[in-house]
Amino acid sequence: MTATKAFRDGAIVAKRNLIKIKRVPEVLVFVLISPIMFVLLFAYVFGGAIDIPGASYREFLIAGIFAQTVIFGATFTGAGLAEDMQKGIIDRFRSLPMSNSAVLVGRTVSDIVYNVLSILIMGITGLIVGWRIRGSVLDAIGGVLLLLLFAYAFSWIMAFVGLVVPSVEVVNNASFIVIFPLTFIANTFVPSETLPGPLRAFADWNPVSAITQAARELFGNVPPGLPEPQTWALQNPVLYSIIWVVIIIAVFAPLSVAQYKRAASR
Amino acid sequence: MTSVIHARGLVKRYGNVTALDGLDLDVPQGTVLGLLGPNGAGKTTAVRILTTLLRPDAGTATVAGVDVLAEPQRVKEHIGLSGQYAAVDEYLTGFENLDMVGRLYGLPGAEATRRARALLEQFDLVESGDRPVKGYSGGMRRRLDLAGALVARPEVLFLDEPTTGLDPRSRVELWDVIRTLVDDGATLLLTTQYLEEADKLADEIVVIDHGRAIARGTADELKRQVGGEVLEIVVDTDAAIPTASAVLEQVSDGDVQVDEHTRRLTASVSGGADALVDVVRRLDGHGVRLLDVGLRRPTLDDVFLTLTGHIATTGEDEQVPA
Repeated sequence: MTATKAFRDGAIVAKRNLIKIKRVPEVLVFVLISPIMFVLLFAYVFGGAIDIPGASYREFLIAGIFAQTVIFGATFTGAGLAEDMQKGIIDRFRSLPMSNSAVLVGRTVSDIVYNVLSILIMGITGLIVGWRIRGSVLDAIGGVLLLLLFAYAFSWIMAFVGLVVPSVEVVNNASFIVIFPLTFIANTFVPSETLPGPLRAFADWNPVSAITQAARELFGNVPPGLPEPQTWALQNPVLYSIIWVVIIIAVFAPLSVAQYKRAASR
Repeated sequence: MTSVIHARGLVKRYGNVTALDGLDLDVPQGTVLGLLGPNGAGKTTAVRILTTLLRPDAGTATVAGVDVLAEPQRVKEHIGLSGQYAAVDEYLTGFENLDMVGRLYGLPGAEATRRARALLEQFDLVESGDRPVKGYSGGMRRRLDLAGALVARPEVLFLDEPTTGLDPRSRVELWDVIRTLVDDGATLLLTTQYLEEADKLADEIVVIDHGRAIARGTADELKRQVGGEVLEIVVDTDAAIPTASAVLEQVSDGDVQVDEHTRRLTASVSGGADALVDVVRRLDGHGVRLLDVGLRRPTLDDVFLTLTGHIATTGEDEQVPA
């Protein structure tokens, strides 16, 4: 199996996944409405009650919502694979002389589209409710790319989950249980300084905190009144996030491919 | 003649359930092997092993001369698989499904497209070819799935219960399609629980039950195992059944099967019309009235019943645990 063939196969599968978006545009409605809902919910419902020293909560908030939403986007990867397993299409793919990684690469790559769209929608909603990019445009683009990269890595975790669990519903429930604490015990919606001891330690080293901190810095949205972060992870959020991206892909890509090779359709 | 599909001692266990218990198979080039058995007999497990989807616990197999266990990726270049459940993408159109499969087989884009169009034509799917599969009937999905197995013109085809769940008309149509494949020189392994299907399509039949081959041969050879002919009578009252059964036992060279519900008794006999006359005369002597009587060549259903002691279509769907 040459690298070219593996690349071509991955692209063929990604194209197939994207056709589904065209045929079932209803899926997009949910992808796009939930980020809008989250921005408005936090800006107007919680926003008044949460006080960030010397800054607007909406500016503080937006990087956290971006991070949470793109991580939730990884659920699509798991659900898509679980659906392919259930419908027997994985059997068809596995009987073809194609690269063993193609179905997974194609899936994780095509799911980036969901995240690009939701960041776009969230950004527009954010700008409407008062979010502003206060750094350079280049930095802001870097922030978005870092969010997408982290979400891509997270897709590989959900790919593994999607191949292991018995149905789409289980993927959704499992992702909820993992992603909710991961994205809330962090600095996504409140400064981590406000959390009690053990939760704060978790939040300070949580990769979701780092990705949020990185995006916040790159968007120029760090409130001036906020104390300097205490941990190395949050002092070097870009580097720490990239280290996590590498670790997650290095662990879960081979695991998922191995699982794919022995997956029996249900 | 060389075997294109060759398997020795295939064993597969799921926990303490033995799905395959030392299965041997040989399919010469250009022939059709019918793997016949009831649900849960191990047919699908055998196909999944030979198509590299599943690793056996023991045994060896080669397909098109390639070792299935050592070089699964190379085996896939020579085979086409159409499964029990039509594995087509329902969000894609029929054309897109076939085009995708062609490209994944490694065909250049233009050729994959040409081949997809040709197959839509061959399988009578031209009109719906550019509509999403979601709106297809069961028969159309099955034809599309079968077409998917043929995209790269593989030398070896595996069809796992190709007509299960289809209405009789679609089934006959699919049989015609399968027959043309064989005429084109493909080697084919077909699993089925329909005895008629194996009879119509297969050159050689292997009957499997509980993961083991219990008989093999041509349809005629298998029918001969049951005995010469089958004598079938229907009596008019339940009370007449014991008498009729006793009479048949005297004449038959095997067991007498009694269906209480329809009051139908069958027995294998030799001696043809003489045996028939003999039975009618004896029953008349006992005062048993017959609603129907006949002599027929045994069907594969009779073969199956004789070999396994149970009828062919029992049990739940074949489950393959993860």
